Amino acid sequence: MRSVSPLWLAFLLAPAALTMLVFVAWPLLGAFRYAFFDFNGLATAGFAGLHNFTDVLFEPPWSAWTFQALRHNIVVFAALMIVQNGLAYLIAFALLKALPGHRLHQVIVFLPVVLSAVIVGFLWKLLLHPLFGVVNALLAAIHIQGPPWLGDAETALPSIILANLWHWTGFPALIFLAAMQRIPAETLEAARLDGATDGVLLRRIIWPLVAPAATIIFTLTFIGSFNWFELPYVMAGLSGAPGGATDVLGLYFYRTAFGSVSSGLQDFGHGSALAVLMFAFLAAVSSVALRLLRRREVDIG
Amino acid sequence: MKADRLSAGLIQALLLLNALFMLTPIAVMGLSAFKTNAELFASPMALPEAFSLDNLRTIFRETSFLLYLGNSVLITAASVAVLLVFATMASYAMARYAFRGRETLLLLFLAGLMVPLKLAIIPLFVQLDWLGLIDSRPGLVLVYVAMGLPSAIFILTGFLRALPGELEEAARIEGASEARVLWQIMLPLARPALIIAGIQNAVPIWNDFFFPLVFLTTDRLKTLPQGLTVFMGEFNTDWGVLFAGLTLSALPITLCYILLSKQFIAGLTQGAVK
Repeated sequence: MRSVSPLWLAFLLAPAALTMLVFVAWPLLGAFRYAFFDFNGLATAGFAGLHNFTDVLFEPPWSAWTFQALRHNIVVFAALMIVQNGLAYLIAFALLKALPGHRLHQVIVFLPVVLSAVIVGFLWKLLLHPLFGVVNALLAAIHIQGPPWLGDAETALPSIILANLWHWTGFPALIFLAAMQRIPAETLEAARLDGATDGVLLRRIIWPLVAPAATIIFTLTFIGSFNWFELPYVMAGLSGAPGGATDVLGLYFYRTAFGSVSSGLQDFGHGSALAVLMFAFLAAVSSVALRLLRRREVDIG
Repeated sequence: MKADRLSAGLIQALLLLNALFMLTPIAVMGLSAFKTNAELFASPMALPEAFSLDNLRTIFRETSFLLYLGNSVLITAASVAVLLVFATMASYAMARYAFRGRETLLLLFLAGLMVPLKLAIIPLFVQLDWLGLIDSRPGLVLVYVAMGLPSAIFILTGFLRALPGELEEAARIEGASEARVLWQIMLPLARPALIIAGIQNAVPIWNDFFFPLVFLTTDRLKTLPQGLTVFMGEFNTDWGVLFAGLTLSALPITLCYILLSKQFIAGLTQGAVK
């Protein structure tokens, strides 16, 4: 490692440092500052104290919207944790066996991951159309009358979760797979010689050994579920149709900050308060969860 | 063993079912692009009767598809290029030179990995407006560069640190300048890491919808995901055209993925696996 002239160093470091300063650090500070102000368009219009925060948390109708959206995010998170990650774990195990065609399967399961959420959202919106969609056509072929999917408050959110499942399952699957492939072959061989079935392998041997990968996947699932925006925006619209049944924090935040189609009202003060609360919530939960998950890695490893 | 064969069969069945689930929507999308509306509504699962090219023609003649596509290519290419140049310069300095505060600086850059920039969208918007960069390509590009720098620096410093020093020293003894060592000796060696960092950032930028939605309002500047929402609205009831639009929009990245699937998978799962 050598020392060089400060000028050459500054030349190398300045572009990246300046970009980060201007487009990450400064806006981030701004996000906290703005939450304490009233806004008139793009300009601040007086100190607001804590009232932006108290409004969105306790003052109806804000509070009702906030907690309805939060509830939906929690449902999304739970569903993705169990179904998407569970499926991914099974698929990873199936791929680990390296049966004929496993490389092709790997490419197939990851294909939707590279598509944009906008394409995936519109595609599933068409597939789930109650009258002309393929899904209900397939169900009709086995004499099942399909539900109106996105049109019904009961099935709308699960429909978007299904699209998310299709879009993203390949991602945790291949991360689990990479972790499983790092387990020494002798370990698995020894367990098998002791008579361990696939079920036992999955639960007792592999699960603890892929705990670090699980930590990352769980954290990403959490952050992803609470930043959910594109899919519900495309499939259910900015107001979370029908009747707010699919409203999530991302949509609610965007509507508050930049206005909806019906009302072009921008409200940067309340929007910023929401952003700060979401940021604090994500940071707090992920740091506690990370600590617990890391401890779990040690305990079961 | 019988049990082994049984479980192998079960596993193959699981994989086949999964492949069917993953591929059917894409097959339906691609095939429906060649169907008339009458065919689509009568039998959504059937093969197209005549492979009509009318829907594709409509997309090219009556929508701004090519314009949106061009914008996406331009913005993605510019963002990734600037990003890789900035990230390589900074990573090189932090990986190969000794100076005070080096570790702290690196940590500050990596702290950016934790920042969900979406939540800072309001101040970002105000700031771009103040800089006169709202509703402009350079503004969007700079935001993408900032967003991608932490992960690119993470990958590149790790890689550059591990490179051996002999070549570098030999070049210096022959009188090569520091800039020449970076450009002609180290950069070619860093190619694998540059490809990974490039793909890791190019895919999310290409697919991004949120930032263009907020920052770009002029139709002439819109990117493909954003443009898609425009013509999905316009051709609302013309399903053949909708499917054709989706197929054409998915085509570029799908082709790249099929050609470079190994690099795509490595690039996109990299951050998580390490």
